[in-house]
Amino acid sequence: MAIAATAGHGHGHGDPHHIGLVIEHPGPAPKRVVTGFGFWIFLLSDIVMFSCFFAAYAVLLGQTADGPKGAELFDQRNVAIETVCLLLSSFTCGMASIAADVRNRLWFYLAMAATGVLGLIFLALEFREFAALVARGAGPTRSAFLTAFFTLVGCHGLHVTAGILWLLTMMAQVFAKGFRADIMRRLLCFALFWHALDIIWVAVFSVVYLLGSTP
Amino acid sequence: MSELSDHSDTSFAPGDEGEHDVGARVLGYVIGLALALLLTATSFFVAGTTLVWQPSIPVALIVLAIAQMGVHLVFFLHITTGPDNTNNVLALAFGLFIVFLVVGGSVWIMSHLNQNMPPMDQIMRMQ
Repeated sequence: MAIAATAGHGHGHGDPHHIGLVIEHPGPAPKRVVTGFGFWIFLLSDIVMFSCFFAAYAVLLGQTADGPKGAELFDQRNVAIETVCLLLSSFTCGMASIAADVRNRLWFYLAMAATGVLGLIFLALEFREFAALVARGAGPTRSAFLTAFFTLVGCHGLHVTAGILWLLTMMAQVFAKGFRADIMRRLLCFALFWHALDIIWVAVFSVVYLLGSTP
Repeated sequence: MSELSDHSDTSFAPGDEGEHDVGARVLGYVIGLALALLLTATSFFVAGTTLVWQPSIPVALIVLAIAQMGVHLVFFLHITTGPDNTNNVLALAFGLFIVFLVVGGSVWIMSHLNQNMPPMDQIMRMQ
């Protein structure tokens, strides 16, 4: 924050370099900006962690140990439905942010509930897919390819599970405490988390399901 | 944070938009949703089609995925290139740098290893 004071050139104020005309220090950033930025850093480190799993999947894609390949396992229709669910939930999450900003409780609860239901549909479809794979002998122990697949997609699924628990917590907190400043900061972080999960899912369905099933 | 003007409240938290009325904000999300759905549909169509030259499909899928992530960043996360968003963009750029090092480096090195090393059964026969 301290070095930010030197960034004021070009706007006709601040002027820390030349003529000694120092305008008053702007002071620390608002807490909402600091909190949001810190959570943004966490999300980026989370994305770096996912990139390691993506690298492992890309490297191990061909190591099927004579087991089934991706093209035989993946059901594109199922993945398309999952993708649409997550995309729509990202949209309703944005609607919940707007409703919270204009302090409209009804629309906030409706949008958050829709987000949670879409997230649960996504999780149910993913769980059904995993159960079907394990049932046909293509579990994570079958080959290095399947280990990498279950690790990457399962890790995303765990994030969505945590996101749904967080979503229910936020609904309860708004119900009990209203749109206080600290609750609004938590809502900002939750919205960032949920949108970031959707970005990671874009990479998952493109790399794992679509690229993984091209011959 | 980014103090490009002397009002510190003009810098944005990631995810925050500027002052807009509700209609404009909803419209932003609707545009983002429409673009994302369009890109998703294109991805799934391209992956299954036989209409295009087959080796171009992986490249097309990667380009479509990156485009859709850009749409999400701009319309849902509201990361822009404006002066009030400098810190968010710089953090994102550093994160992407690490991601490309990890993924690109792993794929590059491991594909070279695969090319330079004979399969394991050949090694066993040489001994």
